[in-house]
Amino acid sequence: MRDYKRLTIICGHYGSGKTNIAVNMALELCKIRENVAVADLDIVNPYFRTKDSEEDFKANGIKLICSQFANTNLDLPSLPADLYSITDDKETSVILDIGGDDRGAFALGRLSPEIIKENNYDMYYVINKYRPLTPDAESAYEIMLEIEAACGIKFTGILNNSNLGSQTSAEDVLNSLEFADRLSEISSLPVKATCIEKRLEDELKDKIPNLFSMKLQNKIIDG
Amino acid sequence: MADKVLMKGNEAIAEAAIIAGCRHYFGYPITPQTEVAAYMAKKMPKIGGTFLQAESEIAAISMVYGVSSAGYRVMTSSSSPGISLKQEGISYLAGSDLPALIVNVQRGGPGLGGIQPSQSDYFQATKGGGHGDYHLIVLAPASVQEMAELTIKGFDLADKYRMPTMLLADGTMGQMMEPVSLDEYSDIKTFDKPWATNGTKMNREHNITNSLSLVPEELEQLNIARYERYKIVEENETMYEEYYMDDAEICIAAFGIAARVSLHAVEKARKEGIKVGMIRPITLWPFPSAPFKKAAPHLKHIMSVELSMGQMIEDVKLACECCCPVTLCNRVGGMIPDPLQVLERIKEVNKEVNG
Repeated sequence: MRDYKRLTIICGHYGSGKTNIAVNMALELCKIRENVAVADLDIVNPYFRTKDSEEDFKANGIKLICSQFANTNLDLPSLPADLYSITDDKETSVILDIGGDDRGAFALGRLSPEIIKENNYDMYYVINKYRPLTPDAESAYEIMLEIEAACGIKFTGILNNSNLGSQTSAEDVLNSLEFADRLSEISSLPVKATCIEKRLEDELKDKIPNLFSMKLQNKIIDG
Repeated sequence: MADKVLMKGNEAIAEAAIIAGCRHYFGYPITPQTEVAAYMAKKMPKIGGTFLQAESEIAAISMVYGVSSAGYRVMTSSSSPGISLKQEGISYLAGSDLPALIVNVQRGGPGLGGIQPSQSDYFQATKGGGHGDYHLIVLAPASVQEMAELTIKGFDLADKYRMPTMLLADGTMGQMMEPVSLDEYSDIKTFDKPWATNGTKMNREHNITNSLSLVPEELEQLNIARYERYKIVEENETMYEEYYMDDAEICIAAFGIAARVSLHAVEKARKEGIKVGMIRPITLWPFPSAPFKKAAPHLKHIMSVELSMGQMIEDVKLACECCCPVTLCNRVGGMIPDPLQVLERIKEVNKEVNG
């Protein structure tokens, strides 16, 4: 992923891996752009947020735009006070991490007129074939349309993030390609990248074009 | 191998309930279990089921009472403060001998507490959170797969013994994502419910589900009969798992997320030559006293690892009958013990008992 627009919007089904992708994109983008920010507009999940990666961001000079209540355990669906800097500050490239499903995408709606007017964005639909409510391209497409309707912006590409957590094998990723291609066909959107955990890179780099290698941000409880 | 899906614990509960034949869910949102309701809201309308966000937890548990009376499998879910609100209804279910599955994805308390994981509703779940003499069957999963398994098992046990059953999880179990296989649960049991208030069709007397009994002699007999049934549950349905107990000198007692963390500590300690094992209760009521009673005379120390100020430890002590010292290793308020913290405690105990 080298061709970043000023705004990169990450949307998708609940639990499809959006926050992981947003964090990894920001860490990649800060190597090629000067001013980089991550905007956490997740109003759905108070448990796992981009703010968990705050130290990584600080070390790389990435600005974090998030609700003052993020990670305070105050369970409020609130938006950042500096929300409008996303569209006002044209010198900064922003990765937008949006909450899951149409309910999460609703929070993006108030920015959509400005985003569409500026027309310097990509909005990616994150999919995971192994999530129970999106086992096939048709059900993933249904959720995609719900998200577009909720935020008022059309997707420009698909990120195939099909995984089974830390137990994902190369074969699991390969078995998801057909699913992503089928969604690409019915939605007329390109599969922009296949997202994988870094440990699978060697096994998959010759088999899949446009790999996006990621470091996982999960909280560890299993020692 | 069966197909796997990546699920949150909360989603696994919801899907497993649907597999078990539950078509009626009533709830009220609260972190960290709201995904159960969200999943039901998406799925139930597609399969002809009922999802209803009630006006309160108390309304939800009362709707559970109604559907259970009619003989259908029914579930509600909440987290600690919400479960407190449901206690009146739970006591009524127990007093009317009605089956239902109640899910508690625990968070820190007391009061509103916080939204992070906890195990401090152990007393409430196992000792009768509502009024009167009664028990719930209490199941404690330690993985997302087990969330699904025990949800289905919970419906079966509830129907078999006409008892409300509680799945006692915590915020971590509810929120964590793991691969789950659900294909193997195709064989779902059904139970005759001749007591159900589903219409006489002019063929029988009216069935009544009721917890009001104004004649003391009769109420006494009802209580005694119920406890006879509880005895059968204790004899037949106690579940636990043992790890590295054959030659253990030190034993960890832990359930749910605490067991998960502790097992890593046990495995690390074993690598350092420390003879430590673990007993993981899966049913918290009936409590698996037998494995503790059997092991205690051969043990030098038992350590109860809990996300509470020490609740299960009382049952562990009772089971051991003073044969062995029992101590607590805990974190509270939404904090989770680190495997390394548990390992340090194991090393300290090992030093004490082996010099």
